[in-house]
Amino acid sequence: MSDLLEIFLTAGFWAATIRIACPLILGTIGELICERAGVLNLGIEGIMTIGAMSGWMWVYQGGDLWTGLMFAAFIGALFGLLHSLFAVHLGLSQHVSGIGITMLASSLSFFVFRMMLPSSTTPPKIVPFRPINIPGLSDMPFFGEAIFSHTPMTYFCFAVVPVVIYVLYRTPVGLAVRMAGENPMAVEAQGINVLTVRTAAVATGSAFMAVGGAYLTMSAFDAFYFGMINGRGWICVALVIFASWRPGKALLGALLFAGLDAMQVRAQQFTGGLIPYQFFLMLPYVLSIAAMIVMARRAQYPKALLIPFRRGERI
Amino acid sequence: MTVLDIKGITKSFGSLVANDNISLTLSEGEVLALLGENGAGKTTLMNILFGHYVADQGEIELFGTRLMPGATDAAIDAGVGMVHQHFTLADNLSVLENIVLGTEPLTSWKSNTAQAKIRLAALAEEFGMHIEPDKLVADISVGERQRVEIVKALYRGAKILILDEPTAVLTPQEVDSLFATLRTMVARGLSIIFISHKLHEILAISDRVNVLRRGCMVGEIATKDANRDSLAEMMVGREVSRPKVEHMEAGAPVVEIDNVVVSGGRGHKPLLDGVSLSIHKHEIVGLAGVAGNGQSALGDLLSGLRAPTSGSVRIAGDTVKDYSARSFIATGIGRIPEDRHAKGVVGDMTVWENMISENLREKPLWRFGRIIDFDACREFSRNLIEHFDVRCKTMEMPTKQLSGGNMQKLILARTLQNEPRFILANQPVRGLDEGAIAAVHERLLAAKRAGAGVLLVSEDLDELFALADKIVVIYHGNISEPLSVDEVTAQDIGIMMAGDLGHGKNLNRAGVA
Repeated sequence: MSDLLEIFLTAGFWAATIRIACPLILGTIGELICERAGVLNLGIEGIMTIGAMSGWMWVYQGGDLWTGLMFAAFIGALFGLLHSLFAVHLGLSQHVSGIGITMLASSLSFFVFRMMLPSSTTPPKIVPFRPINIPGLSDMPFFGEAIFSHTPMTYFCFAVVPVVIYVLYRTPVGLAVRMAGENPMAVEAQGINVLTVRTAAVATGSAFMAVGGAYLTMSAFDAFYFGMINGRGWICVALVIFASWRPGKALLGALLFAGLDAMQVRAQQFTGGLIPYQFFLMLPYVLSIAAMIVMARRAQYPKALLIPFRRGERI
Repeated sequence: MTVLDIKGITKSFGSLVANDNISLTLSEGEVLALLGENGAGKTTLMNILFGHYVADQGEIELFGTRLMPGATDAAIDAGVGMVHQHFTLADNLSVLENIVLGTEPLTSWKSNTAQAKIRLAALAEEFGMHIEPDKLVADISVGERQRVEIVKALYRGAKILILDEPTAVLTPQEVDSLFATLRTMVARGLSIIFISHKLHEILAISDRVNVLRRGCMVGEIATKDANRDSLAEMMVGREVSRPKVEHMEAGAPVVEIDNVVVSGGRGHKPLLDGVSLSIHKHEIVGLAGVAGNGQSALGDLLSGLRAPTSGSVRIAGDTVKDYSARSFIATGIGRIPEDRHAKGVVGDMTVWENMISENLREKPLWRFGRIIDFDACREFSRNLIEHFDVRCKTMEMPTKQLSGGNMQKLILARTLQNEPRFILANQPVRGLDEGAIAAVHERLLAAKRAGAGVLLVSEDLDELFALADKIVVIYHGNISEPLSVDEVTAQDIGIMMAGDLGHGKNLNRAGVA
């Protein structure tokens, strides 16, 4: 038991938590933006996959890392626009459209990947983002390794959260997005086009998701392979509920889940086969469900979530 | 000076012509009433003016300039403000946020809330309306929400204010205060379009009345030349005969509610907080109250859709053990639900299927009590359709295609053919035209004559005073003592609806002394 507690005292555990959290943070923030505008985006799993592939492929073809991220964001936004064509403009089922987007985007990622790079035994690699050395901070004991030895993209992921909080709560466009998710008729009655607001929110949210996926291929690892996203998108959908649709809480939720994930890998080593390792693999998910039950009961969900808005129809 | 000129507006939804070549004008500082029954096209016309809909034909001029059709922002910029019947406010956002949305460019990097608050306070002061900008909309009363909607329009610089059925959700005292506000606004040069089907309000506030009927403009009259009867006749197109109420000796209690509490869930106030009420044979009890004070919970309780958290209900002297719709129907409870589309009928099923839906597994409609006997069911429905005058092309058509009045007649037919000992009539005439209203009321009175007890839930005090023998008032889940309709006035009921349930008790005591 004390071995288990010692995990928390190692800087490696905290560094891993931060790394694992990054794609979840961007994915959750992206989903949160969509849902705050009233649109569920179950395309997230596929959009993260295609973001991971397209960002990586950009760099593999000779592009620069940061423009690679922008390319991933662009591709993600395109799929967001596709989702809003179905779910916002045509007012179709958000569930069906989202799952369709996930299937299309995931399959398309693998298809394009295979088309461009024929199968080989050693997976092709890129040079990903490297940890940067911050003078002074990186040399600190414990904190230096835990917090100040990450890649620039890691810091970018964390920096996104306060920016999104500011935009959502302090700017007119953030107000319009929140209002569109609460009562779209109120937005319309103030002379703002609901469909435009929702479309923009879904495209922006999807761009964040795609960049979250790209973190895996461009910062955490250096290659793209099948099944890479591995349900992270669905975890993000759950984290939005866990966070009661609040970006600050979304950051906490992503860190909590990442911490559990980092812990289970290390906990496996201590029990020496006494407990099957699958048990530890399961832990983060079981604990997330428990946390959801506690948190989600008080959740204030956006009132107009899942309800399409059709202009000019009889009210 | 003419501020608004609507010229020849026509608008159809499918085969329904909602507005047929309608023209009207509005002058500065004038209150124009738009009178018509539900479905006459009043709201459609205003939605076209405000840019929610695009008219098929016709055009609108505001202050001499042609208004771009189908653009809400163009209408707002031209000085039109609209208070919708269903408020367009987001509950989870603050009053201030609801008001400032759309007033700042979306590309701006900062909301200037401090300045907005100052402007808002000045406006509220000018028009004598008290609002609290930092409260959540969910936490303020319906009357306050309406003030927020009005201030929202004024904040955008509205010169013409459209109010769509503004009094439907207000107590009589709140109506007086609204009218005072409107008069202040008119005195400052604003023009108002006031939509209503309540005649006495129109006579009280307007300068001129335009009457719509079935999408057509049928008349225009200066308010000073109009009276209730002339307006009613213009609105309906014929004389309306009101059913006669006869007072009868109330019999034994049919439904007794004893100290019932219905919990509102953890952390919420109870929906019903120790309610006791008896309804007797040959008696119509009216339940008055502003919407959302526990009427729905009481309706669910008496339909068997919700069991009390504590307390008991007795039907014909027997304490209810099984709270289910089925057992309630079996013990002779008839229900006219509040929302006929959501709880009254299954819109996609046929008329006859809905007709038999309270007689499940009953012979002879069901062979062996299990298998539908189509011939028997159709015969059964045919009789009811004829007897209750339900107008439908065929009984095989989906029920959602019926008009509101005919749908309500279907529900009445289904309910009354079981000869219930008690009828819960929850907003039975909401959204119906005058003819259908008279038919529904006549049926309820006939049921009372035949010995049923009726609980009539309504937000319309006129309806309660016209039909009920006694009135009780519900407020925040509490119910007042029953008051005889002869002993109270609408003003008294209004005071009680605003929360002073004890007001009625004082009246009674004064009467006795």
